[in-house]
Amino acid sequence: MVVDAPAPVDVTPVAAGDLGPGPDGTVVPAPGPVAGPSVVAVDVLDLARWQFGITTVYHFLMVPLTIGLSLLVAGMQTAWVRTGDRKYLAMTKFWGKLLLINFAMGVVTGIVQEFQFGMTWSAYSRFVGDVFGAPLAMEGLVAFFVESTFLGLWIFGWDRLPRKAHLACAWAFSLATIASAYFILAANSWMQHPVGVDLVDGRPRLNSIWAVLTNSTVLAAFPHTIFGAFAVAAAFLVGIAAWHLWRRTADEPVWRSSVKLGTWVGVVAFAGLAVSGDLQSKLMFEQQPMKMAAAEALCHTEAPASFSVFAVGDVSRPDCESVKSVTVPALLSFLAHGDFSTEIKGVQDLVPLYQEKYGANYPVDERLGELSGQPIDYVPVLPVTYWGFRLMIGFGALAAGAGVLILWLTRGGRTPRGRWFRWLALGSIATPFLGNSFGWIFTEMGRQPFVVVPNPSGVDGVWMFTARAVSNSTPGEVLTSLVALTLVYGVLAGVEVFLIRRYVRGGVAGVLPDQGAGSGGTGPGGGAGSVAGPGAGAPVGKSDDDVLSFAY
Amino acid sequence: METFWFCVIALLWLGYLFLEGFDFGVGMLLPVLGRDEAERRVLINTIGPVWDGNEVWLLVAAGATFAAFPGWYASLFSSAYLPLTLFLLALIGRGVAFEYRGKVDSARWRRVWDAVIVAGSWVAALGVGLVLSTNVFGLPLDAAGDRVGSPFAAFTLESLLGALAIAGYALVHGAVFLSLKTEGEVRERARALALRTAPFALFPLVVLLLLVQLRFGSVWTYAAAIGVALAAFGAFARLALRREGQAFALMGVAVAGTVVALFGALYPNVLPSTLDPAFTLTVENTASSPYTLTVMTWVAAFGTPAVLIYQGWTYWVFRKRIGTRHIPSVHVP
Ligand code: HDD
Ligand code: HEM
Ligand code: HEM
Repeated sequence: MVVDAPAPVDVTPVAAGDLGPGPDGTVVPAPGPVAGPSVVAVDVLDLARWQFGITTVYHFLMVPLTIGLSLLVAGMQTAWVRTGDRKYLAMTKFWGKLLLINFAMGVVTGIVQEFQFGMTWSAYSRFVGDVFGAPLAMEGLVAFFVESTFLGLWIFGWDRLPRKAHLACAWAFSLATIASAYFILAANSWMQHPVGVDLVDGRPRLNSIWAVLTNSTVLAAFPHTIFGAFAVAAAFLVGIAAWHLWRRTADEPVWRSSVKLGTWVGVVAFAGLAVSGDLQSKLMFEQQPMKMAAAEALCHTEAPASFSVFAVGDVSRPDCESVKSVTVPALLSFLAHGDFSTEIKGVQDLVPLYQEKYGANYPVDERLGELSGQPIDYVPVLPVTYWGFRLMIGFGALAAGAGVLILWLTRGGRTPRGRWFRWLALGSIATPFLGNSFGWIFTEMGRQPFVVVPNPSGVDGVWMFTARAVSNSTPGEVLTSLVALTLVYGVLAGVEVFLIRRYVRGGVAGVLPDQGAGSGGTGPGGGAGSVAGPGAGAPVGKSDDDVLSFAY
Repeated sequence: METFWFCVIALLWLGYLFLEGFDFGVGMLLPVLGRDEAERRVLINTIGPVWDGNEVWLLVAAGATFAAFPGWYASLFSSAYLPLTLFLLALIGRGVAFEYRGKVDSARWRRVWDAVIVAGSWVAALGVGLVLSTNVFGLPLDAAGDRVGSPFAAFTLESLLGALAIAGYALVHGAVFLSLKTEGEVRERARALALRTAPFALFPLVVLLLLVQLRFGSVWTYAAAIGVALAAFGAFARLALRREGQAFALMGVAVAGTVVALFGALYPNVLPSTLDPAFTLTVENTASSPYTLTVMTWVAAFGTPAVLIYQGWTYWVFRKRIGTRHIPSVHVP
């Protein structure tokens, strides 16, 4: 942060061996009286980080499914409106119901996120509010209002709205989920790579909203995240539909179409993930070299640098001598820079550079608690970044592979009968969820100890240590909310899984009672062809005493 | 510009209290007005399509505060930590309960979620009132805007009064809304309940406004407070004459007056410090830069009318009264 006071006197000299002297820590005047003993702040920091990590990863279990599935459902409904084929109506209703069960959880966990910045990260909020609040407010005004309002119209409007208007509602809310992703990722990308600001009175001041919204980081992270969302929705479709095929339940055409749709979406999504991920790697190499080195547990500078596929041994030791790693020569140079020779700086060589630029020690400030005056550890937790990166890619690849395998196994009306197929189908659903979670854990933990990462080519002084970002709360408060939220989230996870299982088992008959179980729907493509398919939810009965087509 | 954004935030709060106010009321009254399963479903379906959209007013109020007055957002949210935690838990519970209650056909399942709806609605309504009134009366903030002292600093007599005031308002508002949106017995019961409870339930609101006026009042906030009393009285009278629509509109006027009185008393402060007036957060010392405010103004200038139009359209689409005869049979796997 800001340097406006002389070096501290009471820094305990640190036995930092290889850390070298480096410039002394810098001080920000401790604002006002400080409550509580100094250990307290550290506790609050850890609790706050756990809380943020748990609630955000949890929120992001719902988010990608909502984004991916809502667009696919809007597509299914479009197919129904255009062809009148009841198979597509069945798909819309079945997958739409699962979407709604998930959506509710996305909404309520999102509310916590919106409040959390102020509650547990108030110092952060004060520091970045001028820049960071804007995309958050825009997300609400532009995206959340549309999402929630048109979702309500879509759920309750099946008979109340003309068919085309009803379809438009589906598109409105699904596109709004994409918009919301864009704004929140713009906010997050600013933390990874602050742009569009001046430093005034020690705080970043926005000077170009345009720069924030077209940050190179968000331009890469947005497609990556959206492809990730489609990977999740695709695996969900494939896994559940394949399970239904295996069980030989009614409505086989519905499940076959779903497997096909899911697999193609999944394959495209994975290709998109690889391309956009490669773009991100190149940016990260420029913007956060330490994260890149940590992702590879690359200790010493290498030129050309090889890519480690996996490692045996303890990657957390920065000397790395004990680690045997299976590597692909020069691939890392390619990932980082598009050629096979570029030098990549290793962790040990980066640390002194960081110390020189951002200080070797934390300032002496009671609010930092135990960290006050201590040396700054610039190396993120290596096992987390190293394995997070590999698990992200690995689970994504597994998901795409499983999809293709299932498509091939079910080709031309075939269905494998073995129990293993059931496990393959259901197991594959989890893989992209895991890939996404590891992706975020890698991204977010790889930027520690910073909450706002300094931009190497940006305005000097615009960065913030995570330790400084936390509120001046008591540990008791944060512990209370951490425990309460974790418990509630745990219970709700059980409820959601229970409901999804129930609705999955119910199949089409469970959500489309008039179709009658066992009718099997109309064959693929063999629909009535006319939009006025039999009975199918046409906007009938506007009279006063018609029964609602949908009600809680 | 700062003043303009102060007004925008007050307006967002107004939208929130007016809209989610009746959602809360419906939830709070669920077991009282819904005597059997069909009736309870009628009640829930009056707000089914709209409750989530109503809640977004709060999210945008919070987001706009973050963007326009970061210091206000940071100090209020971190200082009123425990009440906000409770409030969040209540919102989580309610939201999930509305969506999940009808998803399994079992009496026990529904009983559990009904309990969550009722408890969540009460706690959330009380919580909003508590946080809003704490904000007006102030918190023990130091020079950095951090709370000094106990985590329970936000629980004062005044803020508990505020909690009752908003919950009481939500109760009556919800009953009036139901008398407007339902038919048959439920409608009669809701009307009777509104008439019976209004004098007691609105009493804390009147006391709150009086107290605020005595402490911080100026001429025009007095006018607003008197307006609240008149509107509430008018709502009562119109409801007695079965003019439910007019009564509902007057309840809206009452909450508008409340917001004007509370925020008017606050201005030009945004969050008073009870320790030392020098530490009080004001519109001036917490506002974002003019550039940020300009950007936000453009977004709001296009966004807000659009929101009003399509949310208005939603209410138009679902304008019909609902009765037990409209409720379909349960169809779940
Ligand atoms: C890439 C996408 C993405 C990311 C990174 C986040 N969210 Fe989210 N969020 C969504 C994508 C999304 C969504 C898909 O748009 C949701 C899921 C379900 C829903 O209703 O919208 C949503 C819901 C949602 C809601 C409820 C909206 C409503 O009531 O309709 C809030 C308040 C937030 N989010 C806030 C946040 C905050 C403050 C985040 C940062 C920590 C965050 N989200 C991360
Ligand atoms: C939704 C996807 C996201 C996931 C899964 C995620 C994950 C995480 C995790 C695991 C942490 C804890 C890191 C640690 O303890 O070391 C964290 C911290 C944090 N993240 Fe994210 N994050 C996400 C999105 C965001 C977004 C969109 C923002 C901002 C707009 C954000 C801001 C923060 C902040 C302020 C912290 C606290 C500081 C810290 O402990 O690192 N995150 N996040
Ligand atoms: C071929 C493969 C992939 C590559 C090269 C790749 C690369 C990357 C990189 C470099 C980042 C970090 C960006 C940063 O810290 O600034 C990242 C983040 C992330 N990855 Fe991947 N990735 C790949 C596959 C996947 C897959 C398969 C998924 C999910 C199914 C996924 C989900 C995520 C998520 C959610 C994030 C965090 C959000 C973000 O920063 O965009 N990635 N990825």
